[in-house]
Amino acid sequence: MSSITTAGTKSEKLDLAALRARLASERGPRFWRSLDEIAETDDFVKLLENEFREGSTEWVETLGRRRFLQLMGASLALAGLQGCTRQPPEKIVPAARTPEYAIPGKPRYFATTLRCAGNVQGVLVESHEGRPTKIEGNPEHPASLGATDAFAQASILTLYDPDRSQVVVRAGEISRWTSFLGDLKRHLEAQRLKDGAGLRLLTGTCVSPTLAGQAKQLIAEFPLAKWLSYEPAGHWSAHRGAALAFGEEAHVYYDFAQADVVLSLDADFLTQGAGSVRYTRDFTAKRRAEDHKGPANRLYAAEAMPSSTGAMAEHRLRAKASEMQSIAAHVAARVGASAAQPGELSADAARWVEVAVADLEAHRGRSAVIAGDSQPPAVHALALAINARLGNIGGPVIVIEPIEPVPGDPVGALRELAEEMESGAVDLLVMLGVNPVYDAPADLEFARRLEKVPTRVHLGLYENETARLCQWHIPEAHALEAWSDVRAHDGTASIVQPLIEPLYDGKSAHEVVAAVLGDTGASGYDLVRAQWQAWYEGPASGSKQDSGDFERFWRRSLHDGLIAGTVGKPKKVSISAGLADALDAPTTASGGIEVAFRPDPTVWDGEYSNNGWMQELPKPLTKITWDNVALISPATAERLGLANEDVVELSLNGRSIEGPIWIAPGHADDAVTVTLGYGRTRAGRVGNGAGFDAYALRTSDNFLHAAGVEIRATGRRHPLATTQEHHSMEGRHLVRSASVEAFEADPKIFEHMGHRPGPEMTLYPGHKYEGYAWGMAIDLNSCTGCNACMVACTAENNTPVVGKEQVLAGREMHWIRVDRYYEGSLDDPEMHHQPVMCQHCEDAPCEPVCPVGATVHSSEGLNEMVYNRCVGTRYCSNNCPYKVRRFNFLHYSDYETESLKMLRNPDVTVRTRGVMEKCTYCVQRINAARIDSEKDGREIRDGEIVTACQSVCPAQAIVFGNINDPESRVSRLKKDARSYGLLEELNTRPRTSYLAKVTNRNPELGGADHSDTGHGEGGSRHG
Amino acid sequence: MADMTTKLPVGGASTPIIEPGHTYGSVTNKITSIVLSGRTPRLWYVGIGIGFSLVMLLLVALTNLLFTGTGIWGLNVPVGWGFAIINFVWWVGIGHAGTLISAILLLLKQDWRTSINRFAEAMTLFAVACAGIFPLIHVGRPWLAYWLFPYPNTMGVWPQFRSPLVWDVFAVSTYATVSALFWYVGLIPDFATLRDRSKTRGKRMIYGILAMGWRGSAIHWYRYETAYLLLAGLAAPLVISVHTVVSFDFAVSLVPGWHATVFPPYFVAGAIYSGFAMVVTLAVPLRALYKLEDFITAQHLDNMAKIILATGMIVVYGYFMEAFMGWYSGSQYESYMILNRMTGPYAPQYWLLLFCNAVVPQLLWSGKIRRNALVLFLISLVVNVGMWLERYVIVVTSLHRDYLPSSWGMYSGTIWDWSLYFGSIGLFISLLFLFVRFLPMISIFEMRTLLPTSGKPGK
Repeated sequence: MSSITTAGTKSEKLDLAALRARLASERGPRFWRSLDEIAETDDFVKLLENEFREGSTEWVETLGRRRFLQLMGASLALAGLQGCTRQPPEKIVPAARTPEYAIPGKPRYFATTLRCAGNVQGVLVESHEGRPTKIEGNPEHPASLGATDAFAQASILTLYDPDRSQVVVRAGEISRWTSFLGDLKRHLEAQRLKDGAGLRLLTGTCVSPTLAGQAKQLIAEFPLAKWLSYEPAGHWSAHRGAALAFGEEAHVYYDFAQADVVLSLDADFLTQGAGSVRYTRDFTAKRRAEDHKGPANRLYAAEAMPSSTGAMAEHRLRAKASEMQSIAAHVAARVGASAAQPGELSADAARWVEVAVADLEAHRGRSAVIAGDSQPPAVHALALAINARLGNIGGPVIVIEPIEPVPGDPVGALRELAEEMESGAVDLLVMLGVNPVYDAPADLEFARRLEKVPTRVHLGLYENETARLCQWHIPEAHALEAWSDVRAHDGTASIVQPLIEPLYDGKSAHEVVAAVLGDTGASGYDLVRAQWQAWYEGPASGSKQDSGDFERFWRRSLHDGLIAGTVGKPKKVSISAGLADALDAPTTASGGIEVAFRPDPTVWDGEYSNNGWMQELPKPLTKITWDNVALISPATAERLGLANEDVVELSLNGRSIEGPIWIAPGHADDAVTVTLGYGRTRAGRVGNGAGFDAYALRTSDNFLHAAGVEIRATGRRHPLATTQEHHSMEGRHLVRSASVEAFEADPKIFEHMGHRPGPEMTLYPGHKYEGYAWGMAIDLNSCTGCNACMVACTAENNTPVVGKEQVLAGREMHWIRVDRYYEGSLDDPEMHHQPVMCQHCEDAPCEPVCPVGATVHSSEGLNEMVYNRCVGTRYCSNNCPYKVRRFNFLHYSDYETESLKMLRNPDVTVRTRGVMEKCTYCVQRINAARIDSEKDGREIRDGEIVTACQSVCPAQAIVFGNINDPESRVSRLKKDARSYGLLEELNTRPRTSYLAKVTNRNPELGGADHSDTGHGEGGSRHG
Repeated sequence: MADMTTKLPVGGASTPIIEPGHTYGSVTNKITSIVLSGRTPRLWYVGIGIGFSLVMLLLVALTNLLFTGTGIWGLNVPVGWGFAIINFVWWVGIGHAGTLISAILLLLKQDWRTSINRFAEAMTLFAVACAGIFPLIHVGRPWLAYWLFPYPNTMGVWPQFRSPLVWDVFAVSTYATVSALFWYVGLIPDFATLRDRSKTRGKRMIYGILAMGWRGSAIHWYRYETAYLLLAGLAAPLVISVHTVVSFDFAVSLVPGWHATVFPPYFVAGAIYSGFAMVVTLAVPLRALYKLEDFITAQHLDNMAKIILATGMIVVYGYFMEAFMGWYSGSQYESYMILNRMTGPYAPQYWLLLFCNAVVPQLLWSGKIRRNALVLFLISLVVNVGMWLERYVIVVTSLHRDYLPSSWGMYSGTIWDWSLYFGSIGLFISLLFLFVRFLPMISIFEMRTLLPTSGKPGK
């Protein structure tokens, strides 16, 4: 199994591997429970076997007395060894100095920053007795403003993932950090003699000033060494585009608060990439149609794969990824930003572009054209040229100095590295937090070439595909375990501070680079602090903050979660004259089918492959879990005779991959989109074997998209686990929407769409709510369907992960889900999102049918679930018209895995098998606020209780509060003309209400025509 | 007078309900010999062998269920109920015929019931026993199912009396208790006969204890008749109430396809329909196996077939009303529900159900078919299947697509669902074969009253 076995030490090696497996297996049985496990299916047993190294089963069988004693001795030695490598005690949590605030049982919050899926977000981490349990956004941080995306929510699970790499590994054997240091020293001495000519440092996108400083130091010390940065789904093409447009390196970000008209060119800026959380906040703030006003912005989106951003667009143009440049060129030509001759556009697209351009020109200085990260630099450059021409730069489009020290072309850099590896020029390759064996372009043959490098060092959270091919693997400290620093999309720097001592003796990238620099004893804390002390004392910090006291500055920066005065300074730029010449002519749509590679909306580029929460998170729009798919349009599927779940072979230039087809209404025709991050072999128990590896088709020439892919049906089928199988509203008024014109003409339009029964519809007197009456309002106009609420709810409420088989059986456990409906034509439908959780009906159908009274009504109007009393008749679920109740059909919760015990929110019960569960409106948070208010002898203030879904929502679509207080925000929203109850005609009187969608369509493109037309049937999985 | 009693008193039919030529002695001999002679037909061993094997399957399935959880079934959200509830309703329905035959026909003085009431009652008991398994095991935590009973406890918690499931507990347990009592009381004189005719001490002891000191004195008979009549009076409303309450499990909810006022009568008729079908299913082979054509005559088959036809038509009326209300209610959810039943993914089940329950029983309009044991037997099997499908359609198609299309799903039984179903049939078969082997399957003393030589029959 191990591909790096060396001769001579085979038997000993196997034993140590086995020992390691044994030690590893004592953490507890399994990470997540599934039917597989219970049934012990062959696949599962195989999975388990693969998990442990070869030989792990052998020694148990052949264990003799001598062997046993040997192993016992080894165990003892290892136990001692563990003691030796323990980190020296270090005051890692500033709380240690302020013990007077530490109250057992009360969580505390610490500010730090996470970079998740390419997006830097300031966060506050909830810590219970020293263990982080939940991530909240940091309201102070400009990239968060109190919200986060789904990835940040899930990163807490990665921290406690029992599959994380736990020991230093040398060629498959357990080793130790000090041995590594010794070995490294030997190699570095050799490198020192040749000025580091054979030394290469490979990192991901680097936004850490400390790491950048260290890398600079490294180059100074080893002048011929090289530092490269590669990420399969990075922000690089935006940088290259900026360089192309301005003739100099620059970083661009957007202020959607100022943008009244937005044109997106394949940019999923609301849910993916740097700044997306902040972008969503600003963008949706303008479309909250409160007080009878329509949205204050309008979004035109051209895209191939339907994305959350496209679903928000008033006008969505289906276009292949390769057509974006042509569209951008047309827009540029029309606004006069470019003299280049644009290619041909279809009549529909031309009309669309014409209207969009008119709208953009009508909003000079108040509009933005944004190109997607998966578009080539030319499209970014054109977008910037258009923005410059429209006077948007300095307004909604902000240009600052680069925030990354090496914003070069990562693909070119990696290709160069691969060639150097081939030629034998690389002696020592240090890879920090990257996995190029898995995610490098296929044509670079990274795995094969890597073995030509004499010394390979890998630092990573997981012993992944790359680690397997390295002599040295160092477990990486998670961002919640280590000191570091990062810069957000607008340049704001913040400190990453650890919340917990590294669980598995992990090292940070800073510590490894320091070791390469010869500073073997350096701690991350010292390095980061030194970096910022130098900054503080240098000229960059401007006027000395905190009256020149660095300690005060440091503590304040840690407390606030950001460093004041680091936001990027606007940079004066102008479009370089030679831009038109520098651009390649837009490729006219060639025949054949085009394939586009996109980071996956849930596992990203593979970063979250082993994260059960993200694997089980339904992907926006497709609602698929646990798999990636090849997305095609209905028309293309029809033409090729393909149906959902058909496994096809995609071949391009002699390479091929196989994956299941999924028909995505709204996808561009003659194009197929595949997402990255799947098909892992060494991700861990959760990620291994899920989906197919799209990297195998992705080459350095066809890094973003490529034409001429061939699709061939294999005749096989691959079952896909979706959480929503039906896509039409069936003419029911579930998501109510109307154009702004229709809404202004008839403010009661939404009320007329349904039927709200009056109080005379019941014989019985209603419940009386004397004190608080909790309620919620959800704004469908702002919801982007990003799913952050689902992961936040999972994290807050200890919701179990059930696995693909159980999702296939229809037993996912999410307490909140985001329903998605298609409306209109099959080829180009409108898409609606609707978050649905327990509606806390005042006349809840679930309550009277429970034979044991396990679900009851509280005096504050909560529909409460008493887990202890529940016997599991499931009658409540049958009788719930919203189908928000979730049943533990099997023993889903993991009661055994030690590390996962630390993850649990201690304020929420972990449910056992046979028990019904559902959304509680985060009753634990209500009670925490109640205790606080009663201690102070006051009422709970409006906004004091924030549910997990509300808190995380980047769009602030969810509002919770006391509806007995007429002044509360939720009360006011419930009086809004857009407010309606889901299925209110059933007289369940839900406490959750929805605010209908008001769309701001451009009358030029057929604005008010769709206000309440019939709802078309979308592609249905089961026919 | 005596002549009258040997004829069916209604309907003008002239076929005797006991073949001529029988005496007190021959009736007693014929029936007791099945139990006491020890000459067990070979087919009996085959039958109990099949039943016992299926009981083993039931035990395996139950063990797996208790250790693993309800997740071994095909249930999900939205379809929270499946085979367990379908089987429960099916078995309870089957359990209706016995008490109906014993109690209601007794009160209506339908003497022809005498030859079939004993095993129909036994069938009722066994069907209720099979039914009783399912509500218990269908819950997520069966070890806590006793919380559905109102018992004083330190928690100070009572069941939630508004829930139809609690009503179910009372209805079904009352029905089971009264049916068992009724059956046992009816057996007492026959136990005495068996005691008196037993050749071995062991049998005498056992039947003696069961006979509770019956001596056949006038005062015994007087008290017996009174008790039996009282129990019949008590049992009669239960026949109506049990399935009414079972139908409330559905009708009280707001699920389209469940929430219907037609459910109580429709369910009761369905129950009698399936119960009589099951009596026919059992009577025809037993009659052949034990040569009981003299006691279970063509007239009996004819009468039962008529009841099947009549109740079947009520059931069909129920189907019609469901479809009618889907349109007439004006509710888009109701109309979608019925449309979905007819054309949705479970349309084959729906149309098969209509074929079984609405089309096939129309054959019973023909008197020839009613009196043809084999054809009647086949029709009864079709009806049994149809009634199981009816519950499948009601439970599954209503749940799988209710209000929010986003939550629509599909359901199908797993191997464990089927194991439990067939296992429960095995339990039923096993109990029935043990019954015919060890207890008189036809009431001896009541048969004697039917003889022309007897005086006035028992009330």
